[in-house]
Amino acid sequence: MAVDLEKLLRTVDHPYPPYPPKYMTLASGETLVIRQVTRDEVPTLLQHVAPLVFVERDYYDLVAARVYAELLGWYHHRVQDEYVLVAQIDGELAAIVNGRSVNPKLGMSLHTLAMRRGLRIGAHAFAAKMEYHIDTLGQDEVLIVAESPIGFRRWMIEYKLEKRFDIAHELGGVPSYALTRELFDRARDSLVVGRRPVPEDLLAKAHEAILPPKDPPTPPADLLAATRAKYDTTGSALILQRWAQERSAGDA
Amino acid sequence: MRDVYIIGIGITTFTRLEYPLSEIAAYASMGALKDAGVDKVDYVLVANMGSARINSQSALGSALVDSLSLTPAGAARIENGPASGASAIKDGFMAVASGMHDTVLVAGAERMREVNNLEATDFVATLTHPMAEYIYGVTLPGHAAMFTRLYMAKYGVTERHLAMVAVKNQNNALLNPNAHLHQEISLAGILDSPEAFTNNPWVAEPIRFFDCCPVSDGGAALILASKEVAQASGRPMIRISGIGQATDTLAVHERDEPTDLMAVRLAAQQAYDMAGIKPKDVDVAELHDAFTILEIAESEEVGFFEKGKGHIALEKGETAIGGRIPINPSGGLKGKGHPVGATGVAQVHEIVTQLRGDAGERQVKKARTGLACNFGGFGNNVIVSTYVREA
Repeated sequence: MAVDLEKLLRTVDHPYPPYPPKYMTLASGETLVIRQVTRDEVPTLLQHVAPLVFVERDYYDLVAARVYAELLGWYHHRVQDEYVLVAQIDGELAAIVNGRSVNPKLGMSLHTLAMRRGLRIGAHAFAAKMEYHIDTLGQDEVLIVAESPIGFRRWMIEYKLEKRFDIAHELGGVPSYALTRELFDRARDSLVVGRRPVPEDLLAKAHEAILPPKDPPTPPADLLAATRAKYDTTGSALILQRWAQERSAGDA
Repeated sequence: MRDVYIIGIGITTFTRLEYPLSEIAAYASMGALKDAGVDKVDYVLVANMGSARINSQSALGSALVDSLSLTPAGAARIENGPASGASAIKDGFMAVASGMHDTVLVAGAERMREVNNLEATDFVATLTHPMAEYIYGVTLPGHAAMFTRLYMAKYGVTERHLAMVAVKNQNNALLNPNAHLHQEISLAGILDSPEAFTNNPWVAEPIRFFDCCPVSDGGAALILASKEVAQASGRPMIRISGIGQATDTLAVHERDEPTDLMAVRLAAQQAYDMAGIKPKDVDVAELHDAFTILEIAESEEVGFFEKGKGHIALEKGETAIGGRIPINPSGGLKGKGHPVGATGVAQVHEIVTQLRGDAGERQVKKARTGLACNFGGFGNNVIVSTYVREA
């Protein structure tokens, strides 16, 4: 009986072609490999995503929580036609991007979660995701939303996305934007980079293990101050409190 | 005039800071007061460019003395564009040198990331000529791009030279725990690889992303004191040996030769004359590299290199830590960050750190004499100062 019920609950994915991995040189000189992962690798990804759920900065908490749920949903066959790409530096997890196919002509971008910042890794991973929808899957357009100002600048502004406000996106039901094939073609020269095939040693290293991020985003140093800053621009109380604590620590 | 010494220094991390502007100034000041071993001063100056506009807070001096319980000391805010920091140091210097005060707290603070990048760029652009430049949409990256183009044509500076400055300074910042950018970059990644120009796109041709300093929050502070107070403090005797200030036309196009940073040259000459030293006597310098080209141009105008030869010295490694005249070991504005009002103070914070021998992995060996160049506007208001360690 239980087995039969699982059959009803479980999605049946369509046989979409795999994403061809690529590699590129980052501003740091390090090499980034972007590849598609399998369901078997999800438990490892979950371990690395979980700490970011508590990073109350730049909406990392929201995005990480949703990515966690989407990965878990995919792992348990509860999301239809989802795929997940990872960006790695010497095995280190640097970004996760995911999405799904609504139908053969329409893609639905889900999330972009960068674990290393300041090197455009999130932007490179997002470009790879769009490349998968437009070039590999041959879809006409991809529906996109942003959940952070950084995302809005990176996707809506840099790619000059078109409005599809009559379509509610799967993330929160908010109005969608769309990347069309024409917009993607315009962005290719400036935003979409990478080389193929990936040298065997690089790809082997990426497959060997998904290592934890070395320098992941961290929460604000002082959550109290972060909150107070929105309401109080004098800060005298906190300063004096800190100073008193410092002095008493010094006396001790 | 009395001699003036720096007996205390303090700084916050330069990054995005999630607490109010007056706290940024206060944390840096607390560090300086603690370092100097004093808990009161006669006068407080706060350098800041945009608090009223982007943080909805004016009278920052009054806020700072209150935050630090330094009342009833006199207090004022100094606004002089990106040269606000050095202007406050100069005013503090005069206050002590004249005998009016014995101890002055000079703080610099800016909280620019409270607004988005477009607003921050517009806010900085308000320092340009309102009728001849600003209304036509000029920005500081735009100015820097035009300046760079002229410099390239006249002196043979290339994109590689600009990238070399970026790599040097951003990698110096890796050695500075207070720096904004802690991300190594390489020539391969920003110039030579097939992906380089996506990693490092145009901002305003020929200026690329990594040619520009980041938009930062941050604060820095100094305690200036008379000789008697300095001797009593027991802190290293770092004397302000020279200060020069010069101005140029507000609108850049009104200059006879736009690549001639006359105000830098004149301010440096005044500082050298006052200190009784020559450029060759300087052991370490912090120059105002808001854009990579400015480090090259300023290194020539302050007399370290012949005009048009700064990029050659860069190629030879003369400006690296360990080179003949290390420039921006802190990471400079490029790597350390550029909270505009704090920058001039932070430059001197680094010079004092170097002269004390406290700079750790980025320490310039045997540094006894230092120089800071705080570049306001697009070269229209410049302050150069020199420092010497006496004991």
